[in-house]
Amino acid sequence: MSPEVVLPILIPLLAGALTLAFWRSQRYQRWITLFASFALLAAGLWLLDSTRQHGYVVMQMGNWPAPFGITVIADLLSAIMIVLTGIIGLAIAVYSMVATPDRHERFGYYPLMHLLLAGVSGSFLSGDIFNLFVWFEVMLLASFALLTLGGERSQMEGAIKYVTLNLFSSAIFLSAIGLLYGMVGTLNMADIGYKLSQVEHTGMVNVVALMFMISFGIKAAAFPLFFWLPASYHTPLIAVSALFAGLLTKVGVYALYRVFTLMFTGDVSYTHDILLWAAALTMLTGVLGAAAQFEFRRILSFHIISQIGYMLLGLALYTPLAIIGGVFYIMHHIIVKTNLFLVSGVVYRLLGSYDLKKLGGVYKHRPGLALLFLVPALSLAGLPPLSGFFAKFIVIRAGIETEAWVVTAVALLVGLLTLYSMIKIWAEVFWKPVPEGTDTSALTGKRKDSQMWIMLLPVVGLTLCTLFIGLNGQPIYELASDAADQLLNPAGYIEAVLGVSP
Amino acid sequence: METLMAYVVGILFASAIYMMLRRSIVKLVIGLIILSNAANLLIFAAAGMTRGAPPLIPEGATAPLGPIADPLPQALILTAIVIAFGVLAFAVVLIHRAYEVVGNDDLDQMKDTDT
Repeated sequence: MSPEVVLPILIPLLAGALTLAFWRSQRYQRWITLFASFALLAAGLWLLDSTRQHGYVVMQMGNWPAPFGITVIADLLSAIMIVLTGIIGLAIAVYSMVATPDRHERFGYYPLMHLLLAGVSGSFLSGDIFNLFVWFEVMLLASFALLTLGGERSQMEGAIKYVTLNLFSSAIFLSAIGLLYGMVGTLNMADIGYKLSQVEHTGMVNVVALMFMISFGIKAAAFPLFFWLPASYHTPLIAVSALFAGLLTKVGVYALYRVFTLMFTGDVSYTHDILLWAAALTMLTGVLGAAAQFEFRRILSFHIISQIGYMLLGLALYTPLAIIGGVFYIMHHIIVKTNLFLVSGVVYRLLGSYDLKKLGGVYKHRPGLALLFLVPALSLAGLPPLSGFFAKFIVIRAGIETEAWVVTAVALLVGLLTLYSMIKIWAEVFWKPVPEGTDTSALTGKRKDSQMWIMLLPVVGLTLCTLFIGLNGQPIYELASDAADQLLNPAGYIEAVLGVSP
Repeated sequence: METLMAYVVGILFASAIYMMLRRSIVKLVIGLIILSNAANLLIFAAAGMTRGAPPLIPEGATAPLGPIADPLPQALILTAIVIAFGVLAFAVVLIHRAYEVVGNDDLDQMKDTDT
């Protein structure tokens, strides 16, 4: 028995039920949330430790042997993702205590947040393709409700696009599962991988592979399927934006990594070539979209897209170094991106706007906050010695080694344009004087904000994480390297689940 | 039978996408409903359709005698129907609320959040 593999699913589910039971008391809900987030992080670290020792941690639900029952499995990549989920969950839990207005909390903000975390954790740990679909839907439904919490016009408009494209993606996912089941007669991912490795890859397998690619591509916001993201991510509460920015698209990326290293590896030159071009165009369109924007959260949303490109690039190059780079990039990106969104929320609290033209003067009055923005921003752009530098360095080096010159050039150019966007935010929000007509009483400290430090706490924590990854790259690299090793040798995964070696 | 189902599924997918491309949000949701049904039927057809052979094991035997229908796709479809029901219920409420807030059911009027 290895309970640590189901704890990351059970803890948020239980916490969600408990917060529902304390529906009337926001105070209890907050404390339950805080406690559950700590527990989730602790369970994640336990799982990571366990996977480092045993390689794979498997549990068969109801003791039905695979491939008949539902398998819950964690390899290193899953465990890393769970730890990141725990970190982000904790940061958002602390941040929401202050940043989320009472009237939103009253409409079930905390139960939904826990349901979302349960869906995310479930997706990372599922070893069964249909179960993965179910967890995706759990996550989606919670995200729909969180996105529309508040019911403003922009939220409704954003939500329609978000809901439509994500439901479309789910329908494609479901159809692909059906076709795959028709071909191999199993739903267990390890068993599918094993059976597909035994047969010649025909056109039909490639069709199903592409259906999975499109479905997960929509969830991951890859080119040309990303339009729902910039239309919706800047509309909800800032804590919700930050949570989505950190975790949701990365679930799509994780699913792509899982499916295209375990199941569809028979025709790499075809499938991964498409991924390669998608990755290049994702990077480019994302960063160009950001360059045209003048709203804090919209710029950051477009940068999610361009960063997704780097992660896909790691998978698409499909060399050991590239996969290491991709895993490293995911770790770096989740922390940095959430942090930037949280900073934008702090600035909003100080100046009451997300529009760059209405912001300014933060550096003069709050140099500490400016520094807290600068570290993740430069890390996102990839300046040494921050975490983004090493992440980009590994991916780009893998690109050079495989002589994929065009994509490498694009990746370098996108790094430069990212820096441009970050400097634009820096110049507009932090450097230039406060524009006329802006209420500066909160910024200059005339109006005391006694709870501000609670909002800054997760920002400081995530910034320290970024610095830790950057200054302490070697152990993180080794962790990513072990995870990549497992991904490139699906035989270990299959053996851990089925108990036979292919 | 499978061939007929294949055509039905194809027509359903086509009409779902046609409906989703219309400008009215009501038609958008109708499109989503048809889409989820098309996916369910696709699972049914792709997993193979066996007539008149329920997956029952006769008393005393440990395995079914002769070929039986595969019960798993039906379980999958049942799960998918339940999920789709929940999600589509949300979608219907969403478009109702969007209609109230925006005062229009034309998707072309909902471009504020686009770039």
